Amino acid sequence: MRFIASDRRWRPRGRIATTLVFVGIAVLLLPVADLRIAGHDPWAELGRMGQGLLAPDFSAIPSLSRAAALTVAFALCGVAAGALAGFLLAPLYGRGAVRALCVAARSIHELFWAILLMQVTGLSATTGILALAIPYAGIFAKVFSEYLDEADPRPAHAMPPGTGAISIFFFARLPLAIREFGTYTLYRLECGLRSSAVLGFVGLPTLGFELDTFFRQGMYGAVAAVLIVYYLLIATIRLWMRWPLAPAYVLAAAWVLSGLRTPPMAPGALMRFLGHDIVPAPLRNGSWGDPATWDSLGAWVGNLALDQALPGLAATLIVAQLAVILAGVVAVIGFPLLLRPVVGRLGVWFGHLGLVIGRSTPEYMLAYVMLQILGPSMLPAVIALGLHNGAIIAHLLGRQSQGIHAGLRPDASAGFDLYAWEILPRIHGNFLALCFYRWEIIVREAAIVGLLGIGTLGFYVGAAIQEIRVDRAVFLLLVTMAATIVIDMISRRSRASLGLTGASTRPALPTERDGRLPGYEGLD
Amino acid sequence: MLHLQGETLGYGGHVVLPDVDFALHPGERVVLLGRSGSGKSTLLNAVHARLAAQGRRDLALVPQEHGLVPQLSVFHNVYMGRLDRHRAAYNLVNLVWPLAAERRQVEDALRAVGLAGMGRRPLGALSGGQKQRTALARAVHRGGAVLIGDEPVSAVDERHAAELVAMLGQRFRTMVLALHDVALARLIATRIVGIRKGRLVIDKPASRVGKDEIDALYRL
Repeated sequence: MRFIASDRRWRPRGRIATTLVFVGIAVLLLPVADLRIAGHDPWAELGRMGQGLLAPDFSAIPSLSRAAALTVAFALCGVAAGALAGFLLAPLYGRGAVRALCVAARSIHELFWAILLMQVTGLSATTGILALAIPYAGIFAKVFSEYLDEADPRPAHAMPPGTGAISIFFFARLPLAIREFGTYTLYRLECGLRSSAVLGFVGLPTLGFELDTFFRQGMYGAVAAVLIVYYLLIATIRLWMRWPLAPAYVLAAAWVLSGLRTPPMAPGALMRFLGHDIVPAPLRNGSWGDPATWDSLGAWVGNLALDQALPGLAATLIVAQLAVILAGVVAVIGFPLLLRPVVGRLGVWFGHLGLVIGRSTPEYMLAYVMLQILGPSMLPAVIALGLHNGAIIAHLLGRQSQGIHAGLRPDASAGFDLYAWEILPRIHGNFLALCFYRWEIIVREAAIVGLLGIGTLGFYVGAAIQEIRVDRAVFLLLVTMAATIVIDMISRRSRASLGLTGASTRPALPTERDGRLPGYEGLD
Repeated sequence: MLHLQGETLGYGGHVVLPDVDFALHPGERVVLLGRSGSGKSTLLNAVHARLAAQGRRDLALVPQEHGLVPQLSVFHNVYMGRLDRHRAAYNLVNLVWPLAAERRQVEDALRAVGLAGMGRRPLGALSGGQKQRTALARAVHRGGAVLIGDEPVSAVDERHAAELVAMLGQRFRTMVLALHDVALARLIATRIVGIRKGRLVIDKPASRVGKDEIDALYRL
């Protein structure tokens, strides 16, 4: 008896302890985190914004519709290219080199790719497409290979001995996973729309650019119009995105983008970028045979690491840690809002609306808006990342607990008691798994919001790019990459040791009849 | 053609049949009998793996769970029996657009198992018995000298099962089948192997196997 009891108790205790450690770290970080309200008069600003949002101004509709079309075009081309590359890489994902390449590609955020590529291809369609396609290829390769691995292996085993690998793949492996491929690609397209909109913040002509322009001029009515157009695009994606039309869409998108007028780049930009710009300055300027060159390289690395990488990394991790906790709180409060037995019919309606807005607004856009209100400190970043990721976790938990609720005894209680006694204890493991899963994504996002002027890694990357010191930017991006990979490893280990691996964080793909998009299952 | 002597068979580090002696000669029709879980599938898989490892290509297999691809049509599933005969490019053409010549040959195999004219049906729309017939058609389409079948007619009714097994007997010179229907086994087998609790307790010509010996196999 004792053995059984101790074995059964071990896990929950481990989970609660882990939660406490995570919250404890966040509490310890609070004093060092810069959470001032740095804005001039946040309430007045909020009031002006609120007024603008209530009175959308659609007078800029021609430029808005052009930006919307380009947003969709970038998303379509970027996702199509990424999916194609990922599809070709997926069967090879087991090989170390391919896997490492994919991990590296997806550990760098789309926006970082964009500002890096801009050094070579300028403010062009190529930059926008590749900025989406490169990280997405890494993600697609991973997810597609997982779907292939999870598919029924028996048909492949039943193939005649001596059948070639290509024939086996197309007859006995691909058909078993192709539906999941399609559904996942559609889900990615939704992510692609968000990313594409955000690319506007670094200068590409998408909705983010319009948003930025109107915000700078304080034209909040026009800002509201941009947001409405954006939400309409996201909300109607299931209506206009049809598989048979996909090739036509992609061709049309390529045609639209090919007409994009872009500032010309000097010839030989790629060679200059690879052979000159990204080479650390001391190596570029000194003779490689001279020991003094290598000394100055050491100093270059040391200074960069101490003055930029370390403070940036620390700020990134602090923001991420606080944001994870906030996301957890938002999720725990938010997901019961999706359950009718807990909050009633009207409550569910508002819950859905709030969570849909929270999760379909890109975290970068949210941080941007928060920054306008609260001024430059870690606070807007923490709030933006916490809200966005919290809404995503809440959405997933809501879905899972709807299933739980359906299977409950008929005389289960309702309202808060149902939530606290029946649902929360059952969902706790999945909740933790999702938080761990989002943790890595939040670190990536915390780095990127630095571009807005918050002291995370992105801040230093942005500054280096502005000073046209691409070598420094690349060094800092490598640090970002390493940090993301380490966090990913910690997260995976923690989930495994708590017995939280598997289905809870995988994209819960809809069944054939269902036909809905999968949720925002992480993997973002 | 095959001789296992004192071998230990199992899967994933789990021993199912310790110390197996089993030989297979050309022209034999061996039927394996025994309760479920006794090790019939393990022996069949080992026989198939050994014969394949000898480099034999004239082998056809009907695995227990069929190994069909539900997302593809009946034609495609049957065509897969000959994937190794063609180049990948030719296979891909037939995946996208089945060629008339291949369709005709597959239709022959379908007719043999009673599924004539059903090549275009998606496999997922078939009944359990029809799926099993598709798996048989794949083996028939493949052809060859040896058939390894794990309960190949378990999902069709008795009368059709006898017809199908007889049809297989005409097309494959050597067969090793696991069956649960003793009457059917007596009908087709030249040799009966009885497995009980991981041991081959019967292994002799079908005509010399008595009723009580077989009853003993299934006793608790």
